[in-house]
Amino acid sequence: MSRSPLSVSRFRTIFIGFWLSVTIDGVFVLHWYEPGWDLSVAVIDSIISCVVLFIFCLPLMTTLRYYTPKQKNYANIFIWCVFIVAAWMITIRWLLQLVLGHIERYPEFLNHSLVVRISIGFFLTGCVALAFMIWYTWEEQKEDEIRKQDTEKFTKEAELFKLRQQLQPHFLFNSLNSINALIGTRPEEARKMVQQLSEFLRGTLKKEETQWVSLKEELQYLQLYLDIERVRFGNRLFTIIDSDDTTGQMKLPALLLQPIVENAIKFGLYDTTGDTQIKIIAAADGSNLFLKVENPFDPETSSSNQGTGFGLKSVQRRLYLLFGRNDLLATEAKENIFTTIVKIPQLPVQKS
Amino acid sequence: MKVIIVDDEPLARSIVKEYLQKHSELELVQECNDGLEGLKAIQQHQPDLIFLDIQMPKINGFEMLELLDHPPAVIFTTAFDEYAIKAFDAHAIDYLLKPFSQERFDKAIEKLSVQKNTSAEKATRELLETASHSPSQSQRIVVKNGSKIKIIPAQEIFYLEAADDYVKIHTKEGYFLKNKTMNHFEQVLDPQLFVRSHRSYIVNMQQITRIDPYEKDNHIAILRSGAKVPVSRNGYVKLKQVLGL
Repeated sequence: MSRSPLSVSRFRTIFIGFWLSVTIDGVFVLHWYEPGWDLSVAVIDSIISCVVLFIFCLPLMTTLRYYTPKQKNYANIFIWCVFIVAAWMITIRWLLQLVLGHIERYPEFLNHSLVVRISIGFFLTGCVALAFMIWYTWEEQKEDEIRKQDTEKFTKEAELFKLRQQLQPHFLFNSLNSINALIGTRPEEARKMVQQLSEFLRGTLKKEETQWVSLKEELQYLQLYLDIERVRFGNRLFTIIDSDDTTGQMKLPALLLQPIVENAIKFGLYDTTGDTQIKIIAAADGSNLFLKVENPFDPETSSSNQGTGFGLKSVQRRLYLLFGRNDLLATEAKENIFTTIVKIPQLPVQKS
Repeated sequence: MKVIIVDDEPLARSIVKEYLQKHSELELVQECNDGLEGLKAIQQHQPDLIFLDIQMPKINGFEMLELLDHPPAVIFTTAFDEYAIKAFDAHAIDYLLKPFSQERFDKAIEKLSVQKNTSAEKATRELLETASHSPSQSQRIVVKNGSKIKIIPAQEIFYLEAADDYVKIHTKEGYFLKNKTMNHFEQVLDPQLFVRSHRSYIVNMQQITRIDPYEKDNHIAILRSGAKVPVSRNGYVKLKQVLGL
């Protein structure tokens, strides 16, 4: 539900100021009209009129909070205003007569001024209704906007989570199966693989998407993953990782390179037979880090549009969210080699 | 009893081999690295039982089974495949989730010896029908062309034509036959790309260059290849729907 404008101090000040100035204005007009009367007459008249009108406007203000009329229902608001002004008129006529009736010429003045009072009352009620309607419409729009953003964010996160889920459990359970097989025949290797797998999983759990890490760290972490895959697939995986001190010190968002390498493994290792070579090559030009990942693929079984697969779409999306650019990821399929190149701008100020 | 293991991970095969040692009645005749190798080995050895992984290079476990005229008894072994597991459960087919224990392995073999072969084959057929609806498999069709296996990516299909018990799959390399029904393909293929234009035809929307009127109430779709595909009155309505007209 929208918050009431009266809960916002700026609006509250304006609102109170508005009613005060209307009251004071009333005093001046009355005093100017009949200077013969004591000032207190004008003050009492104005205060009674304004306070009563304010009280009658309260239900209108509360109602608008729960029900913002749509365009065709503006007539309802008009009818409300008419009722409020009528009720107000009857009440103040009775009240003023009661309080100020003894003043000379006041009853006649009261009767004469009714038409003017009605029009002023109608104008004021209209102003209040309008101000509140605009406020609540605006609030509602703001809430819609926030809700929309939340939904988008939520869907995106869920989607990314789902994507990660598809690869991780498959990888995890198959690795455990390999360990199970190694325990019987080569217990030392089984032990080593348990270590590697634990370290890799710990890394995945620790990382947050907003973090920036150095390429050196990221490559060390991916090395664990690649080593595990090498054990799983009986040494038919060969990796070439090329990064020097300069590129090693450069930074990249956490969990950005990993899905690219996973994609390379998926098409290069899972979907092929025989020896597989996966290359990760880093290069730098001043303010950019370039990462090139190469993997073979089976052109017979994976059509080229599958190559830019789901995993890379999420990378593209992340790059866009991080840098607002769509030109940072490029892919190429030539003969049976698939190449992914990602360009990572080095920001002057980075969270490390 | 002859046994074949089909799995692309050597360690996954070795654990099955290890567990098999307890069962002297089972003789391991071959280990295979992928679906195509598996297919050849099965045709050659006619095994009584296969241990089969789902995700493999070339063709996956389901596609391999689909190409067999008489699939042997199967024990599926898989690590994590939501879709496959749902399909197994739906057809009450036993499967081993990696990593599995010797006890669980023994139980699966025991269950198999109790089961009758005929009912197993029927269950397998039904399983394959369900599995072919999986998103990964609707993007390609695997066919046998003589002794060769051909994988046809869905977008390379021009159109499909009913031919008695078979369906003719027309591509730029000519047509391939698959022992399935038109209804099967209508359900499996992406409905935004493939439309049943006629009782006996399913057409790839991206191949259509124009649609001409033909006799009364009927139309004919002209494809890029020049092929002409009949469009019935109903089919014309469906085509217009997909095209958003």
